[in-house]
Amino acid sequence: MRVSFKWLQEYVDIPVSPAELADRLTMAGLAVEGLEEPGKEISNVVTGRIVKIEPHPNADRLVVCLVSTGEPELRQIVTGATNVREGHVVPVALEGARLAGGLVIKKARLRGVESRGMLCSGQELGLDPKTLPADQANGIMILPEDTPLGVDVRPVIGLDDVIFDLDLTPNRGDCLSMIGVAREVAALLGQPLRLPRMEVREIPGSSLEGRVRVDILEPGLCRRYVARLFTGVKVGPSPLWMQERLRAAGLRPISNIVDITNYVMLELGQPLHAFDYDRLKDGHIIVRRAHPGETIVTLDGSRRKLEPEMLVIADPGGAVAVAGVMGGLETEVTENTTTVLLESAHFHPTSIRRTSRVLGLRSESSTRFEKGIDLEGCLAAANRAASLLVEIGAGEVVAGAVDNYPSPAAKKTIILRPERVEYILGAEIPREETADLLTRLGFKVQDAGRDLLVNVPSYRVDINLEIDLIEEVARIYGYDRIPASLPYGVTTRGARTGEQALVKRLKEVLVECGLTEVITYSFVSPAVFDRFKVPADSPLRRALSLQNPLSVEQSIMRTMLLPGLLDVLARNFHRRVTSGAIFEVGRVFLPREGEALPEERPVLAAAAMGQGAAGWNRPPLPLDFYYLKGVLETLAARLGLPGLHLERERENPAFHPGRTARVVVDGKTVGVLGELHPDVLEEYELDARVCAFELDLAALLALAGGPPRYQPLPRFPGVRRDLALVVSREVPAADVLRVIRRAGGNLLRSVELFDVYEGEQVKEGCRSLAFSLLFQAGDRTLTDAEVTAQTEAISAALDRELGAELRK
Amino acid sequence: MEEQLHKMAAEAKEALARADSPEALEEIRIRYLGKKGELTRVLRGMSALPPGERPRIGQLVNSIREELEKQLAERTAEVGARVKKMRLAAESIDITLPGTPFLTGKKHPLTTVQEEIEEIFLGLGFSIAEGPEVELDYYNFEALNLPKDHPARDMQDSFFIGPEVLLRTHTSPVQVRTMERTAPAVPVKIIAPGKVYRRDDDATHSPMFHQVEGLAVDRRITFGDLKGVLDVFAREMFGGNTRTRFRPSYFPFTEPSAEVDISCVMCGGKGCRVCSHTGWLEILGCGMVHPRVLEMSGYNSAEVSGFAFGMGIERIAMLKYGIDDLRLFFDNDLRFLAQF
Repeated sequence: MRVSFKWLQEYVDIPVSPAELADRLTMAGLAVEGLEEPGKEISNVVTGRIVKIEPHPNADRLVVCLVSTGEPELRQIVTGATNVREGHVVPVALEGARLAGGLVIKKARLRGVESRGMLCSGQELGLDPKTLPADQANGIMILPEDTPLGVDVRPVIGLDDVIFDLDLTPNRGDCLSMIGVAREVAALLGQPLRLPRMEVREIPGSSLEGRVRVDILEPGLCRRYVARLFTGVKVGPSPLWMQERLRAAGLRPISNIVDITNYVMLELGQPLHAFDYDRLKDGHIIVRRAHPGETIVTLDGSRRKLEPEMLVIADPGGAVAVAGVMGGLETEVTENTTTVLLESAHFHPTSIRRTSRVLGLRSESSTRFEKGIDLEGCLAAANRAASLLVEIGAGEVVAGAVDNYPSPAAKKTIILRPERVEYILGAEIPREETADLLTRLGFKVQDAGRDLLVNVPSYRVDINLEIDLIEEVARIYGYDRIPASLPYGVTTRGARTGEQALVKRLKEVLVECGLTEVITYSFVSPAVFDRFKVPADSPLRRALSLQNPLSVEQSIMRTMLLPGLLDVLARNFHRRVTSGAIFEVGRVFLPREGEALPEERPVLAAAAMGQGAAGWNRPPLPLDFYYLKGVLETLAARLGLPGLHLERERENPAFHPGRTARVVVDGKTVGVLGELHPDVLEEYELDARVCAFELDLAALLALAGGPPRYQPLPRFPGVRRDLALVVSREVPAADVLRVIRRAGGNLLRSVELFDVYEGEQVKEGCRSLAFSLLFQAGDRTLTDAEVTAQTEAISAALDRELGAELRK
Repeated sequence: MEEQLHKMAAEAKEALARADSPEALEEIRIRYLGKKGELTRVLRGMSALPPGERPRIGQLVNSIREELEKQLAERTAEVGARVKKMRLAAESIDITLPGTPFLTGKKHPLTTVQEEIEEIFLGLGFSIAEGPEVELDYYNFEALNLPKDHPARDMQDSFFIGPEVLLRTHTSPVQVRTMERTAPAVPVKIIAPGKVYRRDDDATHSPMFHQVEGLAVDRRITFGDLKGVLDVFAREMFGGNTRTRFRPSYFPFTEPSAEVDISCVMCGGKGCRVCSHTGWLEILGCGMVHPRVLEMSGYNSAEVSGFAFGMGIERIAMLKYGIDDLRLFFDNDLRFLAQF
């Protein structure tokens, strides 16, 4: 809502500066987004009459004007404009004038003819061309003939104003009007409010009888319909003051009749519509729902298909307007209109909102109806329009009005308990002050014992409950005056749940391991399943679809995290960031049979490519399968996950058949770890090896152990022995370890694999594995003989069970 | 004999004085003081001396031995120190070579900020609640006093899954779910961080973003308490000098409602580009829980009251780190993520 400071002062005295008023309004909940001073840049532009227009001796496209600017001498100005005639009063920029955008006008010679200034267009004076009459949008601005000459043009065209740009909350439909804003200003500044003149001078002895009839067939959607009749209408431009105000509000002046309807809408918040009475059949207005298949050509010239739930204004011949949204072209007021039927009605907010949404049509009028207008204001608005009509001499008013108002609204009365005000706000506001604050806003307040009985004015459709009044009191009292406190009462302990703490811990461990966290969108492309080679019958393909996605790429809810991580790696790779290790903790959405809401399963996924941490003194760390396996092992150790191990997985089509494993914790498969299949990487145009894991986080966290248990430190020294053996490369290292552990018995404290070798030194089809064994007893120092016996037992078992030979 | 001993002692001293390495000193030690050294040999030859001379010669040998040992110890220390000094000099490294690189990961900046917000409210006695991201219309709108066709639903353009199911447009449904679960017991003090979704996509809007919701319900919770709690939050989050400003606003699920501005983190309130020269930055919306919302969730609004607030984590993170494009958070460029 754009509010003119000048116009506002017509309704209320404002003893503060525009800037301070803006601040006060903002702090009362009418946020002022900006202050505009349209005439700030303009100087030395005055009004002048074109006395004579002569052809330019040297140019066809230019003319030479002699302009009277009130000085004894006429001023010669050359212009290229084509819309000026002798006698026109126009804005004249004198030498040294400054125009919008900082342009400075100097004396000039145009094709050999001296020009002492410039005739100005509205745009050159900083006006929005959208708000200029169509014939002036591209030419010189034409001012009324009776405009005094030689005066500063700014007050003449309303450029000495400050425009407030209000960002209103949706509950304050009443402030979509000058009077509504003025009422707030009056309450805030403690000033009286001045209402506009509403008396109508009607044609004596005239009557509407038999000329206008209004039938409301949908009283639920149209609660009131007021009609007035204007005769002897002379359609023409509206007076400059009215145009200025419309422009200040961002509307384009059109004609006196249309401008009056818009002016009253801006002033009182009541949208009006003017019909050409002679084009209405029988002067008969019918408010009804649209018939099936009914269409209407609206003012903007387009044919609209109406739906049966839409409310229309019709005459016996058919729809003449989409109620509250836009009028019909057929009954539009034109230059030839002589009789006007004025509509001032109340339509149901929801109905208007639906209709304007379905038709894709939002108008100043529909915006106001949607927010809810003053049911008691319809007649007053019609009268105000009639009064203006007479005032500007645009026509005459037939006596009386049709006021079809089937069930008048009940008065709203709310009990306000002062102790409740204090309970909610935590501030003691004296009862008298409470009453005064509400009175200033137009509420009628009476004493009712300890309580206050508050009558709600009809324009405050947003006030229905005691709490609504408490907010009004707080708003005008000032939020800043309410003292800050801290809640008292039972002390509560703030703590993360076990699972929340574990997730936090888990992220910390992953970060320590070198992984960087990413956050990707929960919605993905349906193409993700094919790209990720998900089998056709996989339940992962049953994803939730958005009905109104922004794009196909973001149209289904993810059922896996890894594709998102691949997108991230690919995006980085194509920006030449070719190494990286990332993870994401997030939810996947799995539809459930017979349930409205899906399962939202927390998932942990990680992916890595390239290498990390290379330096001049250290070989780079490959971010490969074993890196991520190490991450998993660290995670298991740090979260106390029991018995994490991998089982070979050859069937998952997204992964390399020889480099993939199921991740098993405590006997339960919780996810997959592996190198991605080249076919998948190709889909992502990733020219690098990528390893990844995806784990069911809920299952993982359920298995997490408590805090670590302390193990006593060994009191006796251990004995270390290295064991290198040659074994078929088909034998997994895990099998070798298992045999060593079993044969090593209780004295074998730990085994570490420290070297793997395959090549010329060992025979074909075999590899060498080297282990470091630590023997230790809790109660004594082991003898050499004991350790040797144990080592030999291990060698024998390896030989017997796996055909492994010791490497000498 | 005596003369021979004196001569030998002189030679040995001379040699010790000249020796300049641990090896040379060791050689001298062996030669004169070793088991087969010259002094030992003299002692062995004592039997050939007349018995009357033996004690005197013996004494002389011992004093020479002591003298030599003393000098040897001194020289060993001297030479040792010099050798160490030379070794250290030779071992000098180029301290300007870069240090050993580590593989370091980073939490996403939104996680870092979320955890920071969580810590502040945990300290104020709030617990952390969670709720579904795919939500029923009832919880996302209706139970928050936003019936169908409420004009404020326009403020939040939603992604729909079905007629009654949508992606939550705010974290407020967690309020309702928490109250439903807890009512009529009090107190309730929770924050609910999480992802939310709105149909918007440009430099200042992302179709997915993060919010933290807060809710306190108890007997006699006041608007003043809301101000106090959020004051504490603002100062903890943005520094001790941060001021807050509560502006009346409108949300269907709170009343009175407010938007909270903090004094600009860049200019401290003097006015700059970041705060559009107002000195204030909007960071969150809040208010007293609407009595209808309390009632729908199972509380008697005559007996308990509550406050609620909601803030965008991205907004806070952008202010904290000076990030000017929201989309960077979900672009996940590793060079961006490495900065936090």
